[in-house]
Amino acid sequence: MTMIAALVLLPLLAGLAALLVRRDGPRRTVLLLTAFVHLGLSASAWRRAPAPLWNGWLALDPAGRLFLGVTSLLFAVAAVYAVGFLAREEKGKQKDADEAGAFFLNGPEAIFVGCLLFFFSAMTFVTVCQHFGLLWVAVEATTLASAPLIYFHRNHRSLEAVWKYLVVCSVGIALALVGNLFLAVAAAPNGGPAVPLVLSEILNQAGHLNVPWLRAALVFFFVGYGTKMGLAPMHTWLPDAHSESPSVVSALLSGALLNCAFLALWRAAQTGVAAGQAAFVQDLFLILGLASLAVAAVFILGQTDFKRLLAYSSVEHMGVIAFGMGIGGSGVFAALLHSVNHSLVKGMLFLLAGNILAAYRTKAVAQVRGVSRLLPVTGPLWLAGFFAISGMPPFGTFLSELLIVKAGLDSGRWGVTGVFLLLLTLVFIGMSRCFLNMAQGRPDGNGLVSPTKEKRIAFLPSLFLGALSLWLGLTVPGFLQRLLQETAARWGG
Amino acid sequence: MSAWDQALWVAFILLNFLLLGTSRLSVCVRVLSAQGFLLAALPWLSSSAITGHTVVLSAASALLKGLVFPWFFMRALDAAEVRREVEPYVGFGASLFVGLAALGFCVWLARALPHPSAVSNVALPASLFALMTGLFLIVSRKKAITQALAYLVMENGATALGMALLHWEPLVVELGILLDLFAAVFVMGIAVYHINREFDHIDTDRLNYLKD
Repeated sequence: MTMIAALVLLPLLAGLAALLVRRDGPRRTVLLLTAFVHLGLSASAWRRAPAPLWNGWLALDPAGRLFLGVTSLLFAVAAVYAVGFLAREEKGKQKDADEAGAFFLNGPEAIFVGCLLFFFSAMTFVTVCQHFGLLWVAVEATTLASAPLIYFHRNHRSLEAVWKYLVVCSVGIALALVGNLFLAVAAAPNGGPAVPLVLSEILNQAGHLNVPWLRAALVFFFVGYGTKMGLAPMHTWLPDAHSESPSVVSALLSGALLNCAFLALWRAAQTGVAAGQAAFVQDLFLILGLASLAVAAVFILGQTDFKRLLAYSSVEHMGVIAFGMGIGGSGVFAALLHSVNHSLVKGMLFLLAGNILAAYRTKAVAQVRGVSRLLPVTGPLWLAGFFAISGMPPFGTFLSELLIVKAGLDSGRWGVTGVFLLLLTLVFIGMSRCFLNMAQGRPDGNGLVSPTKEKRIAFLPSLFLGALSLWLGLTVPGFLQRLLQETAARWGG
Repeated sequence: MSAWDQALWVAFILLNFLLLGTSRLSVCVRVLSAQGFLLAALPWLSSSAITGHTVVLSAASALLKGLVFPWFFMRALDAAEVRREVEPYVGFGASLFVGLAALGFCVWLARALPHPSAVSNVALPASLFALMTGLFLIVSRKKAITQALAYLVMENGATALGMALLHWEPLVVELGILLDLFAAVFVMGIAVYHINREFDHIDTDRLNYLKD
């Protein structure tokens, strides 16, 4: 069995096993073991590209390796946190944090762990798909596998969130299917021999693609996969799904799933660039990127719920990535680096938000005061995370955002770069208000006064991700630099 | 291009108008089933050669889209005790006019794109129209079950588009798509069940708690 098959099948089979195991302890062990074995496999695939499978339909190109690595790393960290999360969740009825007097039940833990692993398998599948049809199947599978995770806390809000998630994402992805068909027509407009929809084949034929059909295909791809990536104005599912799901799931949705959607869009857009439509592709990226930044800025400025705040921040950062892609040139490298940085920091912040939510039992910014006093580790990390997510030095996001701005100025696009900086500033103002208010002050009014001793399993995952982000800010390690450059070089344009 | 083939595409268009104009959900489910059988019949009537590939897909399409999904929806309708879509966001008469405009747009779009040879001139607008009907039904109807149904109509449109463009995905991809569709109906079905239990109804306009 080859490496690629092992990467996809391992979490799939482990997920089936998790559904069958009856006791909590062994099931959590399965989760941890799978996550770390997968991480080891991904690391070896990172060092040496594994052999392609199925005539090259499944292969790990540089872009696939990059996002596989990020997904696998984030999942391993999230799996550790998930074990702590599942242990601290009470059995039976739980008080609803957002509505006084309401109660809800948790979904069965077997289904939660099983779907977590299925979700992981589907995301891995996305990273290895070179065939556009299979890629579509994989992206839709991520939606279906993650839906039960959002509905783990069974109340009417999470139900609403999951319904929106299912409908909006499924509809979006159905449009990407139309993009696939149009791309096939673009490859063989006169009914000639059909070109297989494999990325390398399409790129070889790029010069012969029929331009009107290709452009139509690109629009459908941008709307379809852009929905899943959370680009405005198709982002509407994102704040609800991220705020209502358990924090560990939010971390994976934001840090891993959005990247996978970006990868799908990357592959589709790559065909456009190869066919000489780079300007068209860049315009689409620029428009969606600035729209996402603007929407995020508006909703972050008045935000009262800290998980929704983080969710809109994800919309913002997807906008930053799209903006970097839209600038093109060295902006592509910067956008890729930013997607890695964003995954680390956003994973960290959502896991910390889970700790705050567990201590304060509310998501309202106004009711959370004095996190630094009450939670001696989560508090300082929460502040560090704020600086990291706002692109402050010495964190990695500073470097990648700086590179994007530099690419924008170098290409002579002063106007859009100015708008970009203005929107980032607005977001920063909105974020700082919430984060600083939460961290400072005295934790009164909730019956909480004295500092609590925090469990290591609750803060070590975030600490680790924060340290990685710091590391990426100080120096981009050689292996990452090489892979990013290799990936960006494939973009062309 | 046989006359039968053309007739099937016209039937496909008319079925979409039936979906837009009816309030009775059982009719919608029957239309969905009819569309599934039409899609299964199309490859047999078109001029392209019949291969093992088409036989497998046609059988799978008839079984899933013609029988399994409609049966599933009928059961869900019984369980939720709903018969009609009451007071949609856009009324049924107005929906028909929207449909007419959408059909006009689809004809225009099909003409705007360079015409691939060997493609019937009804097929492309007809399948795009199914796609848009599904999209419109999702945003204009309130019941969760209607939205799930409309998603399948959209998906039927995408499948029809593949047939109209004479583009067959490789078998494993087509089966993967059907598997995803099956899983989607399954997951949405569970969600509808929970919505029904939580709220005692399946109107999505009451799912309005989350907003900024």
